[in-house]
Amino acid sequence: MATLTDQRKTESSWLTGWREHIRITRAGVFGLLSLFLGALLLLRVAPTYDPTLITTLTFEGQIPDLRFFAVGFMNAVGVIYVLGGLFALIPIEHRLLHSLKLIWLGINLALFVPTVLVITAIGTSTNMLETLTSGFRLATPIVIGALAGIWCERSGVVNIAIEGMMLTGACLGFITVFLLAPYLQSQQAQFLGVLIATLMGGVMALLHAWLSITFRTDQIVSGTVINILALGLTSFLRDEILLAAPGGEGGVSTGTLPILAIPILSDLPLIGPSLFTGQPIFLMMFVLVIGTHVILYYTRWGLRTRAVGENPKAADTLGINVIRNRYINVIIGGLLAGFAGAWFSLEATSSFDNGMTGGLGFIALAAMIFGKWTPLGATIGGLLFGFSQAFRTRFQILEVPIPEEFIQMIPYIVTMIVLAGLVGKATAPKADGVPYKKE
Amino acid sequence: MADTPVVLEVRGLTKRFPGVLANDHIDLKLCKGEVLGLLGENGAGKSTLMNLIYGLYKPDEGEILINGESVVIHDPNDAIRRGIGMVHQHFQLVPVLTVTENIMLGNETVRGLGFLNQRAAKKRILELANQYGLTVNPDALVQDLPVGVQQRVEILKALYRKAEILILDEPTAVLTPQEIEGLFNIIDTLTARGVSIIFISHKLKEVLRICDRVTVLRLGKVVGDADPKQSTQESLASMMVGRSVLLRVDKPPAQPRESVLKVEGLNLTDDRGVQVVKDFALEVFAGEILGIAGVQGNGQTELIEAITGLRATESGTILLDGKNITGVTPRLVTQAGVAHVPEDRQKNGMVSSFLIKDNMRLQSYYRAPYAMGILSNDAVINETAEKWTQAYDVRPANIFNSMGALSGGNQQKAVIAREFSRDQIRLLIVAQPTRGLDVGSIEFIHKQIVRLRDEGTAVLLVSTELDEILSLSDRIAVMYAGRVIDTMPADQANRESIGLLMAGVKREDPAPEPLGVSTHG
Ligand SMILES: Nc1ncnc2c1ncn2[C@@H]1O[C@H](COP(=O)(O)OP(=O)(O)O)[C@@H](O)[C@H]1O
Ligand SMILES: [Mg+2]
Repeated sequence: MATLTDQRKTESSWLTGWREHIRITRAGVFGLLSLFLGALLLLRVAPTYDPTLITTLTFEGQIPDLRFFAVGFMNAVGVIYVLGGLFALIPIEHRLLHSLKLIWLGINLALFVPTVLVITAIGTSTNMLETLTSGFRLATPIVIGALAGIWCERSGVVNIAIEGMMLTGACLGFITVFLLAPYLQSQQAQFLGVLIATLMGGVMALLHAWLSITFRTDQIVSGTVINILALGLTSFLRDEILLAAPGGEGGVSTGTLPILAIPILSDLPLIGPSLFTGQPIFLMMFVLVIGTHVILYYTRWGLRTRAVGENPKAADTLGINVIRNRYINVIIGGLLAGFAGAWFSLEATSSFDNGMTGGLGFIALAAMIFGKWTPLGATIGGLLFGFSQAFRTRFQILEVPIPEEFIQMIPYIVTMIVLAGLVGKATAPKADGVPYKKE
Repeated sequence: MADTPVVLEVRGLTKRFPGVLANDHIDLKLCKGEVLGLLGENGAGKSTLMNLIYGLYKPDEGEILINGESVVIHDPNDAIRRGIGMVHQHFQLVPVLTVTENIMLGNETVRGLGFLNQRAAKKRILELANQYGLTVNPDALVQDLPVGVQQRVEILKALYRKAEILILDEPTAVLTPQEIEGLFNIIDTLTARGVSIIFISHKLKEVLRICDRVTVLRLGKVVGDADPKQSTQESLASMMVGRSVLLRVDKPPAQPRESVLKVEGLNLTDDRGVQVVKDFALEVFAGEILGIAGVQGNGQTELIEAITGLRATESGTILLDGKNITGVTPRLVTQAGVAHVPEDRQKNGMVSSFLIKDNMRLQSYYRAPYAMGILSNDAVINETAEKWTQAYDVRPANIFNSMGALSGGNQQKAVIAREFSRDQIRLLIVAQPTRGLDVGSIEFIHKQIVRLRDEGTAVLLVSTELDEILSLSDRIAVMYAGRVIDTMPADQANRESIGLLMAGVKREDPAPEPLGVSTHG
């Protein structure tokens, strides 16, 4: 055969490469990792500690303290890891088996942080209620940001500008409070600040919609433009308004948003103080998640939005106005992002710094993808990232003998492992990122 | 026609696209309860005319009358309000939504505050489904449904909006013969209940069978009306194409030579892990056309994917000229001399955003003379593309057009041009080569396949179109449930015998036999 003259390849090698014999699968890679960690725990870590040492997790009396024999715990987890790893390496392809493998590996992943905690707090006690509470709070901007992404992308417009929209909201919300504080009661100023933050997110979204829906600009480019614009604009405004004011930035102190307690629910043990007591943006998160879910799946608007994001042409042939639907959804997304922005400058702190959103807008996108573009899934993703941040703080308090920089990396590593390893193929809405053109 | 009222009339309707006069002063009448056949080649302007009536395009000239009243249709909403429903050539469904959601979309029943009332919608859908014999499961996801059922969903969508006039744009192009029968029964029920139907097709046999009246379009103009009772396939074909067309394939007897493709003990699973090809054996010789007949979904798709290196095999061997090509990469299969015209040309046969000339070198871009080191040799590429598109009559013949801008028939001709012209083809695999094409293009493509056979290529033809299998093949293998249930020379086969085999009934056996039928005839 003249066309087969690639004589470097012998008959057998071009038929069967090593890939034919060893299949690299996700479960396989993570199984090996799990096996390795389990062995490390059983053979190297656990034996170095005194087996009578106890780790105590306290909950400020909300529920009784949890006390573990630390070494026993480590050994138990080590065994679960090793068995899970071996299980994941079973070379049989079967759908049910595959799901079980992933579930077990998921359990291993979930056990990782508590185990590190038990090891690091060995012989002492550590306050878990604080970690729980701060985990939910730190998840707030991520969850709301992810919802912002869902509104946009479910209608078919990619939004990587959540970060920029949040930052704009954070900046203008704070400036509003800063300027109004001398004339209004602080609560009124704060309310207006949150309102302005929300609206400014909407304005940035309008720009995104205009560029990407009307002019059909590449949506990634449009999003990037907005992110850069937001960085420059907010730092300019900070210099011109906040730093230029007499007395500098600290000139007016309005304090953060007030803490509210939901009647009755806030009296429940454990979840009362962690879930039902808090600042307004945090509490609104739950309303927004449920609201988004209900609107998306149970209303006419939601049905049309999902149709437009999947197959705009089909929606068009049924008389649905695709352009209008997309505009409105993108703007709603922007309003949410702006609202999430207020969390940074008005709820978590009472100040504005350059780039203070710190990439959480992008983590929000990761949470959205983690949740496969569903509000409830994205919430779980957001909580995961929020909690990994809270645990990072806990480790810093416990003075774990690991370089600070590595601890800082935890949320991002969790993001990578989760996205690459456990979520699997995430399918975006079909028409996500594709401009619609009527012929 | 005097006794039945005219429900839709079109007068002097004209539509121009840049460089094309798609509809040129079209006049058309549709009477209540009749099936009007609209016949024309690919690109004759049938879909454009229907899109004008449905409000997706705006006419440049002319008027539309509904029930004798002149109307202006701005958008699909207007059309829907006036009782016009349309099933588009390419289904307009949202795959991830349920049947109910797809049907109610845009016309939702809500309970205050915009909350969907799915139960009420479901009830109406089931009523309509019973009334017209359109069985569907309202809770199924559309993506899980076979095309025939998806089409029922499309028809239900129109009926749900109380359509009195139903436009079916090439409804049979994607259906299996059984599904087509089902559709014809539905059309009968609909017309019996007073729905008027415009049935678009270029399949003459269907038009003769189902239509009460036929209007023929050519190059954007109405060339005339015909009465199906007094027409033949030949007369309609020549009206449509403007010359006489040979509907039967004219070919000398085959002269089979050495064995080229030999498949043995092949087992394959589909994407979901279900075994779809079982213990499969087949041999194709140089200089013959082996046709594989079978209802879609009996493993044909997976078989071709395995031979062309696109699907991993569970077990078994595939030999090409005695050389084992089981499990090698598609590039090596191509280099070994396999040409492949895939079933889904838009997905697997071309890159629609690329220029035609770049589509012509998809498998050979890396080799001389198309490449010089890491650079492309544009002069050779353009020259070759020019030569091939001309030889295969791809229109418009501008190789700098993007592939996606061509009509379906011309895209297929371009794919065929590339596959048939590559050098040293030993085995040609053609799957559904004429699906969706008009009689003129079918005639041309069939001729080319026979030409390649006579040059000594082994041809493996896979088609669900029984007529195509019977007229083109030299030998016929019928595939059922992942095996060859029987093989016979084409001159000993007829529609009935093949049809029975396709349903799993073997000649000698009085009753259908479960799996385990021997693969030898
Ligand atoms: N949106 C469009 N833009 C430009 N040209 C078009 C468009 N739609 C159809 N055409 C052209 O109009 C002619 C008629 O096309 P069409 O109505 O789709 O034919 P048919 O349905 O009979 O196959 C063809 O030449 C086609 O290329
Ligand atoms: Mg058409």
